[in-house]
Amino acid sequence: MPVESLASPDQPGAAPRVALFATCLVDAMRPTVGFAAAKLLEDAGCTVHVPPQTCCGQPAFNNGDRQTSRDLALQMIAAFEPYDYVVVPSGSCGGMISKHYPELFAGDPNLAGRAERLAAKTFELVSFLTDVLGVTSVSATFEGRVTYHDSCSGLRELGIQSQPRKLLASVQGLSLVEMKDNDVCCGFGGTFAVKYGEISDKIVSEKAVNAQASEAGTLLAGDLGCLMNMAGKLSRKGSAMDVRHVAEVLAGMTATPPIGKVTPDAAAKETTPRGTTP
Amino acid sequence: MSAQSTAHSFKANATGAMADAQLTGNLKAVRQNFIDKRAKAASELPEFEALRENAKEIKNHTLAHLDLYLEKYEAKVTASGGYVHFAADAEEARQITLDICRKVGAKTVTKGKSMITEEVGLNAFLEANGVTPVETDLGEYIIQLRGEAPSHIIAPAVHLNKEQIESDFRRVHTHLDANRDLTEKTSLLTEARAVLREKFLVADVGITGANFLIAETGTSIIVTNEGNGDLTQVLPKVHVVMASIEKMVPTLEDVSQILRLLARSATGQEMSVYTTLSTGPRRKGAFSSEVDAGSREENATKKEARAQARGDVDGPEEYHVIILDNGRSAMLGGEFQDMLRCIRCAACMNHCPVYHQIGGHAYGWIYPGPMGSVLTPSLIGVDEAGHLPNASTFCGRCESVCPMKIPLPKMMRHWREREFERNLNPAIARYGLGLWAFFARRPKLYALSTRIAMKAMRLLGRGKGRFTWLLGASAWTKYRDFAVPEGETFQAKWKRERGVK
Ligand code: SF4
Repeated sequence: MPVESLASPDQPGAAPRVALFATCLVDAMRPTVGFAAAKLLEDAGCTVHVPPQTCCGQPAFNNGDRQTSRDLALQMIAAFEPYDYVVVPSGSCGGMISKHYPELFAGDPNLAGRAERLAAKTFELVSFLTDVLGVTSVSATFEGRVTYHDSCSGLRELGIQSQPRKLLASVQGLSLVEMKDNDVCCGFGGTFAVKYGEISDKIVSEKAVNAQASEAGTLLAGDLGCLMNMAGKLSRKGSAMDVRHVAEVLAGMTATPPIGKVTPDAAAKETTPRGTTP
Repeated sequence: MSAQSTAHSFKANATGAMADAQLTGNLKAVRQNFIDKRAKAASELPEFEALRENAKEIKNHTLAHLDLYLEKYEAKVTASGGYVHFAADAEEARQITLDICRKVGAKTVTKGKSMITEEVGLNAFLEANGVTPVETDLGEYIIQLRGEAPSHIIAPAVHLNKEQIESDFRRVHTHLDANRDLTEKTSLLTEARAVLREKFLVADVGITGANFLIAETGTSIIVTNEGNGDLTQVLPKVHVVMASIEKMVPTLEDVSQILRLLARSATGQEMSVYTTLSTGPRRKGAFSSEVDAGSREENATKKEARAQARGDVDGPEEYHVIILDNGRSAMLGGEFQDMLRCIRCAACMNHCPVYHQIGGHAYGWIYPGPMGSVLTPSLIGVDEAGHLPNASTFCGRCESVCPMKIPLPKMMRHWREREFERNLNPAIARYGLGLWAFFARRPKLYALSTRIAMKAMRLLGRGKGRFTWLLGASAWTKYRDFAVPEGETFQAKWKRERGVK
């Protein structure tokens, strides 16, 4: 599947060196998404590196704390600028780096250039695979109907809409059904979800209704924040719907239970007191 | 003082709104009536995107030279026999209006739909001073009957349903047959028309807003669908236009560009039903020499000469324009200047997921939705309106539909920055953010602490998959479950499986 033009911009002929920024949420909550991203990148012929990382600074940025945002952006720039590309399994963190880092350092003679350069080589995972690497299909199997939620930053800042659908269409056994208002916000909004929890709840409740009405078994999206919000609402409502990051399905890494769920085996294993054999 | 604000109690306002089932039901109309129509209208015009860019440039240029255009406009209005008054704030604007009314001994004024007169709190002031204002736009008329503020900038009564309006009409129009049938929308409209028709005829002064002021010609433009604005400005002896400084546009050609965006973005119409231009008072007849037939161009000249000879057949005898600043000039040249491009089409609120849930009144002041969340703190202060720019998910849908390409989320973020700098946000939020930043700035410590924390959370949530309650996350778990983490962090697992690459 790797395309012919695929090469490291620095060393023609060599595989592109991709630094994977898992995002703080994936790092802490759901490493499977990071491994799925790495697999997709490696399948497409990249070498994947994971530089030490924390957070892109988006929570600080959106809460008006410019100093912390700059500090964290600088930390990111320093750790990630040696690579050919930076790939992020999240539209909002990807957008933070590619759209907002340049804003943060605009007019700074020392840092504006570095921020711009990092921004220019940073991509959200699915758009990197399709738009940059020219990947048109994946070799994965997933039996069932899925519906896809377009997370806001990916959709409106980065123009990600057809790309995940194109790749999902190549997954064996999968059928995609669109839900109503798939491009409408899920109500997460980072700290908005807790600062204005009641409003957020109303918005995500509507999202849950639309997702369920699609009669898909699994809800997919490209941002873990939105996914945790939607999964949290669905399970609170007692819905059986599964929720996963789109990369997990594209990489065929669905052995990990869906977000907020456990497999019966794992549940049994985890709850069995140590030293007793079932 | 401008109109009263309850923006500081945004949260309580929103809670109240969301608990009102009738209101949340009525608000569905916002989504049903505007979104698809705008999308269709935009997609049917191939040059829509180019027009947006163009309109943005026109307004940017105007704002950069606003002083010059205001002067030019004033000179043109004066030359056409009208008067221009500059009002620094709401109080001045109200006083100037009242003075004009008093000079002609006005008892009743009719009003076209105008957000600016809402902003300055004109109606209450006139009433307190013995002048009765009558709103003639149907939506404005309804909320005037109810003593409410508009909840939407182009559909002021969108928060109400037909039955509520019917009961208001029955309550107020007691001179009409109590057994009349008002079940149809059209019967409500007919009744309002009949009641208002009488008011038009007795009004001494007509007050309208303006969608645009044209510097080149000294013209003000209103855009309406009901035709009430025309009657408001043509029938009374005196026409008063109240508009804020940023309504300025250089030329007629510029306006025609922006008009192509306005109705499409607002209601999905290609053009609104009425686009009314007014330039000065009624022209009196003057003696004119004989004009011969000739080429087309000469014919036009002849026509104009005839009109001058005959004078206008209708129009007000006096024409006043009150140009309001009320905090806007302070936005020029700063982070919020882009907001002054706004043409009040309401597309941003029509597409806002927060507005959809809470409606316009919860925002607490005249301008709701995303445009209000940027504009309101500029006009009444961020201490009062600090919630508004925070109550956004930054989904960006507003910016994506704004015909003037105003970066609304970015400007809300600028307000958050100002609040942060001034310590206006809650201490607990600052503390939480600070603690998180402390770790996030230290990758090694961060990796270690997340490793421990995630392991602990996994243990705590073992066998469950989700927390229905979680210490320190109750603001989240009050409404939704919190997924139990996988247990190992990505970085730790990567290192373990792959070694350091
Ligand atoms: S901000 Fe843009 S979308 Fe909102 S009312 Fe103004 S012009 Fe319309």
